[in-house]
Amino acid sequence: MSILDAKIPEGTLEQKWTKFRSSVPLVNPANKRNLEVIVVGSGLAGASAAASLAELGYKVKVFCFQDSPRRAHSIAAQGGINAAKNYQNDGDSVYRLFYDTIKGGDYRSREANVYRLAEVSSGIIDQCVAQGVPFAREYGGMLSNRSFGGTQVQRTFYAAGQTGQQLLLGAYSSLERQIGMGAVKMYARHEMLETVTIDGKCRGIIARDLTTGKLERHFGHAVLLCTGGYGNVFYLSTNAMGSNVTAAWKAHKKGAHFANPCFTQIHPTCIPVSGDHQSKLTLMSESLRNDGRIWVPKKAGDTRKPIDIPEEERDYYLERRYPAFGNLVPRDVASRAAKERCDAGFGVGASKMAVYLDFAFNMDRYGKIEASKKGLENPDAHTIRELGKGVVKEKYGNLFDMYQQITGENPYEMPMRIYPAVHYTMGGLWVDYNLMTTVPGLYALGEANFSDHGANRLGASALMQGLADGYFVIPYTIGSYLSKEISTKSIDTNHEAFTKAEQEVQEKLTKLLAIKGTKSVDYFHKKLGKIIWNECGMSRTEAGLKKSIEDVRALQKEFWSDVIVPGTADEFNPELEKAGRVADFLELGELMCIDALDRNESCGGHFREEFQTEDGEALRDDEKYAYVAAWEFKGQNQFELHKEELKYENIKIAQRSYK
Amino acid sequence: MSGNMNLTLKVWRQKNNNAEGKLVNYQVKDISPDMSFLEMMDVLNEQLIVKGDEPIAFDHDCREGICGMCSLYINGRPHGPKDRVTTCQLHMRSFEDGQTITIEPWRAAPFPIVKDLAVNRSAFDRIIASGGYVSVNTGNAQDANSLPIGKEDADLSFAAAACIGCGACVAACKNASAMLFVSAKVSQLALLPQGQPERYLRVHNMVAKMDEEGFGNCTNTGACEAECPKGISLSNIARMNRDYFVAGFASDN
Amino acid sequence: MGITGLFLISFLMVHCFLNSLIFINDGGETFNLGAEFMAKNWLIRAMEIVLFGGLLWHIIQAAILTRENKKARPVAYAASNPSANSKWYSRSMGLLGTILLIFLIIHLRHFWVVSRFTDEITSGRETLFNEMKEVFSQLWVVILYCLAMVSLGYHLLHGFKSAFQTLGWNHVKYNAIIEKTGVIISIVLPVLFAAMPIAIYMGLIK
Ligand SMILES: Cc1cc2nc3c(=O)[nH]c(=O)nc-3n(C[C@H](O)[C@H](O)[C@H](O)COP(=O)(O)OP(=O)(O)OC[C@H]3O[C@@H](n4cnc5c(N)ncnc54)[C@H](O)[C@@H]3O)c2cc1C
Ligand code: HEM
Ligand code: SF4
Ligand code: FES
Repeated sequence: MSILDAKIPEGTLEQKWTKFRSSVPLVNPANKRNLEVIVVGSGLAGASAAASLAELGYKVKVFCFQDSPRRAHSIAAQGGINAAKNYQNDGDSVYRLFYDTIKGGDYRSREANVYRLAEVSSGIIDQCVAQGVPFAREYGGMLSNRSFGGTQVQRTFYAAGQTGQQLLLGAYSSLERQIGMGAVKMYARHEMLETVTIDGKCRGIIARDLTTGKLERHFGHAVLLCTGGYGNVFYLSTNAMGSNVTAAWKAHKKGAHFANPCFTQIHPTCIPVSGDHQSKLTLMSESLRNDGRIWVPKKAGDTRKPIDIPEEERDYYLERRYPAFGNLVPRDVASRAAKERCDAGFGVGASKMAVYLDFAFNMDRYGKIEASKKGLENPDAHTIRELGKGVVKEKYGNLFDMYQQITGENPYEMPMRIYPAVHYTMGGLWVDYNLMTTVPGLYALGEANFSDHGANRLGASALMQGLADGYFVIPYTIGSYLSKEISTKSIDTNHEAFTKAEQEVQEKLTKLLAIKGTKSVDYFHKKLGKIIWNECGMSRTEAGLKKSIEDVRALQKEFWSDVIVPGTADEFNPELEKAGRVADFLELGELMCIDALDRNESCGGHFREEFQTEDGEALRDDEKYAYVAAWEFKGQNQFELHKEELKYENIKIAQRSYK
Repeated sequence: MSGNMNLTLKVWRQKNNNAEGKLVNYQVKDISPDMSFLEMMDVLNEQLIVKGDEPIAFDHDCREGICGMCSLYINGRPHGPKDRVTTCQLHMRSFEDGQTITIEPWRAAPFPIVKDLAVNRSAFDRIIASGGYVSVNTGNAQDANSLPIGKEDADLSFAAAACIGCGACVAACKNASAMLFVSAKVSQLALLPQGQPERYLRVHNMVAKMDEEGFGNCTNTGACEAECPKGISLSNIARMNRDYFVAGFASDN
Repeated sequence: MGITGLFLISFLMVHCFLNSLIFINDGGETFNLGAEFMAKNWLIRAMEIVLFGGLLWHIIQAAILTRENKKARPVAYAASNPSANSKWYSRSMGLLGTILLIFLIIHLRHFWVVSRFTDEITSGRETLFNEMKEVFSQLWVVILYCLAMVSLGYHLLHGFKSAFQTLGWNHVKYNAIIEKTGVIISIVLPVLFAAMPIAIYMGLIK
C-alpha cells in the first residue's frame, strides 16, 4: 500500500486555483497544432473538453459508441445544474456551494477539487447561455432557479425537465463547430477497447468500428476518458442501456487506480419496477421534490386508493424525520427512508415496494396564486386545481407525460408511485488535482472519475462537474503535462505496443465468440445485477458482501464457459458489444463488494448495517476511514488498496444532520 | 411476470447496407401489456439467441425518449401508432392480442442501413456542423443575466430546442425531407439574441448542407409535425423559409 | 413553387371574375366586352406571356421537385400508413396538377387558341360567348371540366396555405385567416368555374 499524491497546489483554499492557473506552464499556439489529444466520450465532459481543447488549437479526436455524439447519456439528465450565482439573493456563495457539496458527500471528497468546482460553476452558466442554451426564464427575462436536495438556497438552473439535453446540445454544437472546421475528427459508433501505454505514458487507444467490426489504432499525446458512470453494473438502473465501465476498466487493468468503487448513488424518486421483463428504470427528477410531498399510509398494508386516504392517516415521513430539510433531504437519506418504510410494510402499489409522491397540495397552492393573479374571487376547488395543474405542467410536463406513458396512470389525478433506483456512481478512476489518473497522460473527466462527490452526490452537481472538468479545468491542467511533450513526435501506430494491444483485444473478442454456450449475455447481466443490488445496494452487511464476492466470482466462471454470443466480429454486432461490457461489469462487481467490505463504516450512499446510529442514520468513522480507497489491479481477482488521506483544513468535519 | 399477448412480427432483416433485405415473420408469445415495445423486441431477441439465430439489430440507448437513438417504423408509422412518443416509450398496451406488426427501418437515401433496423443518421450531425451553433469559444461569455430574454421567446426557443434528432420527421415525410429537424435548430437560435450575428449565414449554410446530403424537398404535407415525438412545430419551417429568403437577398454569395 | 402558385391563383381569380360575367345572363354582352378588353389590351397580352412563363415554371419546378423527392427515398416502405399523419390531397399534388395540366391543354385548345390564333373572333364572325355555348353543349366536356375543378379545389386546398408556409408568411395571429381564406378560395373558384359549363349545358344561360 502506498499513499497517493493528489498534487494539490499550495496556498489557501481560495488561492489554489487562481495561482495554479496563472503559473501552469503554457503550450504556444504553434506547438498546440502538433499535439494530438484523444477524447473518449462525447457527453458533457467529453464534448466540452474536446471543443475547448480544439478551440485552443490542439488536434483532437473524439470517440463515442452511439451513432452520434449528441446521444451521450448526459442527454437524459432532467432536473438542473447548480451554480453559485446567487441570482436569487438568498445567501448563496462559492463557499456555500463548496460547503454543501462536501457535507452532501458525507466528508469523503477532496476539498481543493470541490472548491475549484464551486469557483468555476458560475462561468458554466455564462458559457451555456452564450451558446444559446434555452434555460428557463422569468417574465422579466432573467434566469429562473429552483432548489434541489441537500441545500437551502435556490441555485439550480434548468430547462424544464430536459436540462441535460439542452446542456449537451450546447456542448455538442460547439463540438460540431470544431468538427466542421476540421479541428476535431469525430468517430461515432466506435468503442474504445484498450489503452496503449508506451514507456509508462498513455499514448493511444484501440477502438472498434462498430459498423464494420474493424479494430483501429489511434495515437494521442494524451488520452481523456470521459466515458460516464458504471451504474449499469446493477443491470437495472436509470442509465442508458449502453452505459458501461469498459473504457475505465480497461484503463484500470492497465495501471489506473479505481477509487471508491462501492460509492454508488441510489436515487429516491424513480418509477418502481413493474416486472421481470424490465430493461431499465426511469428517473423522476429530484426537482419534483420541490413540489411533491412524499408519504405512505400510517396503517401498514392499507389498500385504499391514495386519494381516499384522509390527511391525518398519511405519514409524511421525510417531513416528520427531517423537519429542517423535509422532502429536500439528500438522496441517500431519502432513499434509505423509503426503503425503511417499505421494509416495515408500509409500501404501496401492487408490489408494496413504492411510496407516494403527491403534488395535490402544491397544485392547490399554485392554483390559488394563479387565481389571484387572474383576479378570480372565491374560485371553487375545481378551478383552483385546474389552474394549479397548468403551473405544474409547465414546470414538469415532460416528466408527467413520461410517467403516464410508462405506468398508464395519470399523475395529475393520482400521486406518483416511486421507489429508489441506481442512478449515479461517485466512484471512478482515481485522479489527481489535474484530473490525471495514475497513468501519466491518461485523464478521466466527468462521471468517469471519482473526484468531487465523495460518498454521495448532491442533485444537479454532476452536470456542473462534467462541464467544469471539460470547459474550465482540463484546458489548463492538461498544459502542465503537454508542455513537456512538445518534442514528442506522433508515434507510428505500427509500434509494437499498438500491435500488442490490438492483439489482446482481438483475442478477447475471438474468445467471447468461441464459447458458444447456452445462456445469453442478458442472463448473466441480470444475475449480476441481482447480486450487487441485494448485497451492495442500499444497505450492506459483512456477511452479505463476503458471500456476494464468491457469487460474483462463480458467475464470472460461468460466463466465460457458458455465454452465447451470436454472429461474428467483423460486422455490426450489438450482442458482442454487450458481451464485452458485461465481462467487465463482472470484474467491477467483484471489486465493488471488496471495497464495500473493506470500508467498515457507513457514509453517504455506502450504508453498512453494522454501522448506524440509534435512529438509523449513517455512522461514519473519520478516524479510520477519512480516505479515498484507490484500488490497483494486480492480476485477475487481485486488487491492492492505496489510500489518499483526506485532509479537512477549511471545513469542520461533523456528523451530517438534516434535522 | 409474463403477459398474455401473442403477436406476429414482420421484421426487416438486412445484413448490411450492400446486402438485399427482406421482411421475415416471427412469433412472440406471452407479452405483457406493461412491456415497452423494445422490451418486446428483447424477448424476441432472447428467443433467437438461445436458438443460435442472429438477433435483430436495432438502435436504442436511453429508453426514456430523450436520446433520439431508437428509430423503428412500426405498422407504417415512425415510432408506431401513438402520437408524441418515441419507440422506446411505446408500450405494448397500445397493441392488441393477435395483431400483426410490421417493423421497418427509417427509409431515406441519406440514412443508409447499418444492419436490420439500424440506420446511419450522421447526415444530421454534418448539417449541425455546417452552422447549427453560436460561434462562441469557451471563456468568451459575459454574465448570463446581462442578456435578458423575454420569457415568450425563451419558451419558443426551448420548444424548438426539444428536438431529439431522431429522424422520425424524415422517415414520415413522403419526400424524406429534413426540414423539420433543420428548422428546429435554425429557429432555436434565430429566436435568441445570441443567435443573431450568424442568423442568416447559418440558415444559408445549413440548408445548403441539407440539400447536399440528399434529403427531399418540403411540400408541406405536415407529416413530420404529426409524427414528431417532441411536437416540433411546422411554424419553425416557416420561420426558416423566411430567414432563408432574407439570407438569399442579403448575403453576398 | 410558392410564388408561381400564388401567381397562378391570382390569375385564376381574375379569370374567374371575368367568366362569371356570363351569370349576368345578358346574352353574353358584358362577358364579350370583358373578353374583348382582355384580347386587345397590350398590358394583358404582356401578362399572358408572364402567365405562361409562370405556369411553365410551376410545371418545371413541379417536375424537378418530384424527381428529387423520389430519389430521396429509393426504397419504399412495405407497410405505410400515411393517412395517419397527412391528407391525401397534400400528398397528391403532382397527380392533381397533372390532371390540371391535361385539362389546361384541352381548355386552351377550346378557347385560347380560338380566340388568339384564329380570326374567328377578332373578325367578329364569332364571339367567345358563343364559342363557349358550343363547347359546353358536349356532355363529355362538361364532365371533364367538373372533374378538373375537383382537382383544382384539392390542389388549392393544400396549395394556398402551403404557398404561405413556403414563403414563410406565417404568424400565429394570421395563420387562421390564411387557412380560412385558402378553404374559401379552393371552394369558391372551382365551384364558380364548374357552374359555367353546367349552367350552359343545362341551358340556364341564354
Ligand atoms: C436519468 C438521469 C438523470 C440525471 N439528472 C441529473 C441532473 O438533473 N443534474 C445533474 O447534475 N446530474 C444528473 N444526472 C447525472 C449526470 O447526467 C451524469 O453524471 C453526467 O451527465 C455524466 O456525463 P459524462 O460526460 O461524464 O458521461 P456521459 O454523458 O455518460 O457520456 C459518456 C460518453 O462516453 C462514451 N463512451 C463510454 N464508453 C465508451 C467506450 N468504451 N468507447 C467509446 N466511447 C465510450 C459514450 O458514447 C458517451 O459519449 C442524471 C443522470 C441520469 C442517469
Ligand atoms: C391553375 C393552375 C395551378 C394553380 C393555381 C396552382 C397552384 C399551386 C399552388 C398555390 C401550389 C403551392 C406552392 C407551394 O407550396 O410552394 C402548387 C404546388 C404544386 N403544383 Fe400547382 N398549380 C396549378 C397548376 C399545376 C400544374 C399544371 C401542375 C403539374 C403539372 C402543378 C403541380 C404542382 C406541384 C407538384 C406542386 C408542389 C407540391 C406542393 O407544394 O405540395 N400545379 N400549385
Ligand atoms: S424534429 Fe421531431 S421527428 Fe424530427 S428529428 Fe427532431 S424530434 Fe425527431
Ligand atoms: S432510446 Fe433514447 S429516445 Fe428512445
